[in-house]
Amino acid sequence: MGSISEFFQHLMNGLTLGGIYALIALGYTMVYGILKFINFAHGDILMFGAYIGLFVFNFLRGDSPLGTWTFISFFIAMLISMIVTGALGVAIERIAYKPLRKASRLAPLLSAIGVSFILSNGAAWMWGTQSRKLEYPFDNAPFTVGGVVITPHQVMILIVSLIMMLALIIFVNNTRMGKAMRAVSLDQDTSRLMGINVNSVISLTFAIGSALAASGGMLIALDFKVYPSMGMMIGLKAFVAAVVGGIGNIGGAMLGGILLGLLETFGVAILGIPPAMKDTISFGILILVLLVKPEGLLGKAVREKV
Amino acid sequence: MFNFFLLILIYTGIYALMALGQNLITGYTGMLSLCQAGFFAIGSYATAILTTRYGWSFWGTLPVAALLSALFGVLIGLPTLRLKGDYLAIATLGFGEIVRNVLNNWDSLTGGPMGIQRIPMVTIFGFTINPYKKVAFLIMVIIFVLVTYYLFERLGRSRMGRALQAIRDDEIAADAMGINITKYKVWAFAIGASVAGIAGSLQTVYSLSVTPGSYTFMVSVLVLCMVVLGGMGNFAAVILGAFIIQLISYFPQLVGLSGVIPPQFKQILFGAILVVMMIWRPQGIIGVRSYMVGRKNSKKVEVSNELA
Repeated sequence: MGSISEFFQHLMNGLTLGGIYALIALGYTMVYGILKFINFAHGDILMFGAYIGLFVFNFLRGDSPLGTWTFISFFIAMLISMIVTGALGVAIERIAYKPLRKASRLAPLLSAIGVSFILSNGAAWMWGTQSRKLEYPFDNAPFTVGGVVITPHQVMILIVSLIMMLALIIFVNNTRMGKAMRAVSLDQDTSRLMGINVNSVISLTFAIGSALAASGGMLIALDFKVYPSMGMMIGLKAFVAAVVGGIGNIGGAMLGGILLGLLETFGVAILGIPPAMKDTISFGILILVLLVKPEGLLGKAVREKV
Repeated sequence: MFNFFLLILIYTGIYALMALGQNLITGYTGMLSLCQAGFFAIGSYATAILTTRYGWSFWGTLPVAALLSALFGVLIGLPTLRLKGDYLAIATLGFGEIVRNVLNNWDSLTGGPMGIQRIPMVTIFGFTINPYKKVAFLIMVIIFVLVTYYLFERLGRSRMGRALQAIRDDEIAADAMGINITKYKVWAFAIGASVAGIAGSLQTVYSLSVTPGSYTFMVSVLVLCMVVLGGMGNFAAVILGAFIIQLISYFPQLVGLSGVIPPQFKQILFGAILVVMMIWRPQGIIGVRSYMVGRKNSKKVEVSNELA
């Protein structure tokens, strides 16, 4: 195996990881773009989505007539999980964040930490703390392309995350609702004067962000275990991805996610950072970005207005 | 039963120290830090390692624990404090997790997941403070809390305390008044961290063993809950908050229902406390300061929204 194919191997692994990070980072960045606050509960929303998807998938698979086509039930499970989790996101916003929209900056942050705690411990209470594994929806025998080992899961993760991101870009740039969303993120008051229903735009933002997190959670469940506190580290990394790309910037979140996935993979593979310290890489990147370019790669530096 | 109540009081004291620090950071300066558990762990391990490995006395390790925590506070604070407040929350959240990660993996120094056992008891003037005889230990903890409370009250009313409140209420205005914002923020952060370090030292000589498992994110949220429940910006209220939260924590054992009530239940309750308090009583149960209350009917709202 030459070093070129080794490089492509890491590239493939990094892109898969990055695609998942990007999906989750989008939720952080969209909420931040509109409400200017970090939704701490986002990682736990992802955990919730992964659980729902896992349950629905196991239910559908039970005695499925689909046979080798079980990946169809995987996508049905993902769809249901996205809908349920999106509704959860909207409910959380209505209950825990909306009353605090005019409160001091600290209040929604604290409320979000409370929500995150309720979700992760609620999951542990309802579903137990043992970790679960999603049964492979289809044969995951790796195949080799030019010396690069690729698993069908990786292909699926890449395709799904690509479709989601493209759909989001089209939605935000080419639809009426997307335009309303962009307007609200620029100026809430003016949008309201223009006849935009700001509350429904905010709800929609939470719905989309949470649904994307749920799909990310399902993709994670393909290769990793699902457990109640899984959302914390993944959420943290996705946030780092959003900051690296420039928080509040949708393209930035995608770029940041993929970049972070690549940096983590190559950091372990090439720089020889011990895998146990892998989580420290993203944290180091966060500090570095905050020091050098706090507005992120694609973000614009905004001067504070008085 | 009485002994169990003493245990609750001792933990109230240890957590009250952390909560006082958190209050200086969050209630006074308006910064959201989520790593009191990290500083708590650093203080704990400093005492544990120095006493077991190098034969130091507990009193000698106290300043080391405080300074080490403060040093890490400055290290994490300097890059993040210059920026918008939200970053601090995430950076500190990550820091707390990484401290635990390092404690778990640095076997030669910290003993890995097994931690460190057989930590010597505290002696003072030839008298041993045995944590199993709780009264003496409780008195020691109370003295620590009272001294810290007194110092923090003084600090709150000093030039620095007023500067911190000015930063909390309006950073730009404070800047315009010539307050060195970064300097004061870093100081507040370092002081808050060092108190958590001292609390960690006390925890070590109380439990006489340390394991990484006792310094989870849960601890940070617990401390945050104490500050929010008691009342942000009010040091006495925070101590009350610490007592109430500890009482809730140990309530199942206290009434002998620990087999009936699942352990997650109280944690869900703590999460709910954060949400409910923010919505209905952001100033805490002892409400004296009005700053957490929304600034309705004022143009300021929109501006502060934008600054985020």
